[in-house]
Amino acid sequence: MSPTTPARASVRKTWKLYIGGAFPRSESGYSYVVNDAKGQFVANAAMASRKDARDAVQAARKAFGGWSSKTAYNRAQILYRVAEVMEDRRPQFLDAVRQSEGLGSRQATQVVDDAVDRLVWYAGWADKITQVVGSANPVAGPYFNLSSPEPTGVVAVVAPQRSSLLGLVSVVAPAIVTGNTTVVLASEERPLPAITFAEVLATSDVPGGVVNVLTGPPAATAPWLAEHMDVNALDLTGLAGDDEAAAALEASAAENLKRVLRAPAAEPDWEADPGIDRMTAFLETKTVWHPIGL
Amino acid sequence: MTASDASLRRFLHGLPGVDQVGCEARAAGLGTRSIKTTAKAQALDLAIRMVDLTTLEGMDTPGKVRALASKAMRPDPADPTCPAAAAVCVYPDMVATAKDALGDSGVHVAAVATAFPSGRAALDIKLADTRDAVEAGADEIDMVIDRGAFLTGRYLQVFEEIVAVREACARPDGTAAHLKVIFETGELQTYDNVRRASWLAMMAGGDFIKTSTGKVQPAATLPVTLVMLEAVRDFRAQTGRMVGVKPAGGIRTAKDAIKYLVMVNEVVGQDWLDPDWFRFGASTLLNDLLMQRTKMTTGRYSGPDYFTLD
Repeated sequence: MSPTTPARASVRKTWKLYIGGAFPRSESGYSYVVNDAKGQFVANAAMASRKDARDAVQAARKAFGGWSSKTAYNRAQILYRVAEVMEDRRPQFLDAVRQSEGLGSRQATQVVDDAVDRLVWYAGWADKITQVVGSANPVAGPYFNLSSPEPTGVVAVVAPQRSSLLGLVSVVAPAIVTGNTTVVLASEERPLPAITFAEVLATSDVPGGVVNVLTGPPAATAPWLAEHMDVNALDLTGLAGDDEAAAALEASAAENLKRVLRAPAAEPDWEADPGIDRMTAFLETKTVWHPIGL
Repeated sequence: MTASDASLRRFLHGLPGVDQVGCEARAAGLGTRSIKTTAKAQALDLAIRMVDLTTLEGMDTPGKVRALASKAMRPDPADPTCPAAAAVCVYPDMVATAKDALGDSGVHVAAVATAFPSGRAALDIKLADTRDAVEAGADEIDMVIDRGAFLTGRYLQVFEEIVAVREACARPDGTAAHLKVIFETGELQTYDNVRRASWLAMMAGGDFIKTSTGKVQPAATLPVTLVMLEAVRDFRAQTGRMVGVKPAGGIRTAKDAIKYLVMVNEVVGQDWLDPDWFRFGASTLLNDLLMQRTKMTTGRYSGPDYFTLD
């Protein structure tokens, strides 16, 4: 052995996108600087381009058939599995939210707890939402008339800007639990917890393409998603307070009658009881008439 | 040179060998060209005009063939500026249906004949198959070579079969259906064999050489098409006769199609950038071309929901 041991070369992580179950770099080759809550440099994150958005929509569309036709019970198991794996990687998430949101250790613990619990809570809804929003309708004829919820399709989600983990989980879980697939634009300034969450998704039986995560300024990709004819719904929660941008996206989304979950005036309190509205926002109603007595 | 198996073999084996690594690198290199804006719009329209819209399924019905025919005539019903496809490619029994649906639109009917896709039948059956299709009104015949004979080195047999099918393509009025010769390059094993098959088919009088049936993987690839394009280029230089090329199978995206067009332009030049000399055998490709075309005209990404499934 040599007398002086050389310093170990540091192994630094390249933060990438999550598209179709893989972690590609941005097609554009660009990245941007991500700082922590105190303004100190943390990492370079991939800056998604419109072509990444297009690829993500393609991946989401491809995954939709398989994901939406899984049994609700199976989707519940998979979401619960996500919660399990997240719980397992708790220290990593604690660090991530402390760094990106500048939380103290007690607050950070609370946020991670809530995020894991939220997944478990939504997982439980997978096989119950049909009973709550579906119905057997009385009709004037010898028919069973049954309404049941169906997933809308590919949902483009602008994730909350401030709450980078709990907020993210709270918008992604309700969309996918009912069978939708998603393209998620992570918080622009706090994207790293979203990519760490993507690593959890990639290792917990969620099929590739069900959740696709893009990082970078929403202004670069959101308009393309809003205009995209193969996107069925748009969640603008991440544009809370930015009425002008939200209105422009809503106008683009009208071309193919996307369902739009409008931007709230201010970012919601993610620790509050979420209710079922985020699930029903991305559900269609299918009604079947079936003759009685045959 | 085509007098005996031995002389034919001497000629074909005397062709220069293909540098596999070089060929693949060249094909990959040509695939990296960036084609944008107006050039892309032109390329997309040209590619649409080059599509042989194909349905070769056991479950083909007259209804499906009619639907395909109307799609070939007006690929994008919402946009009258969208050009028509080159041809509809069907099994011989569907030729009459396709011909009837296409009328005098200018879209050709191509029929696969000669015991497609395996080519495993006696010669007189293959010839009867061809004559049937020509009589039913096929403008183009896609024949398969006998790969078994080719790989065992019975080149003269393959040659004579192509010549015989060529004769069966003749119509009573003195004209003849265009003959495309399918090699099934996925079964030929080497690029050298692809080059030999290309020369063999061209010498036997094929009007087009075509990569694959679409039933065997791998089907059309860029390097294989490169070898074939070089063969038609060299053949014209030597004999003055121009032969077309048709990659078929496995070309699904507009991006892929544009790579092929770049290669045609670079290897054989503008003369071949025409539906009379270069075709794509495809079915799903057309929808992607249309989606890209719509993206160019509307500025927004399109989706498969807005085009017919086939």
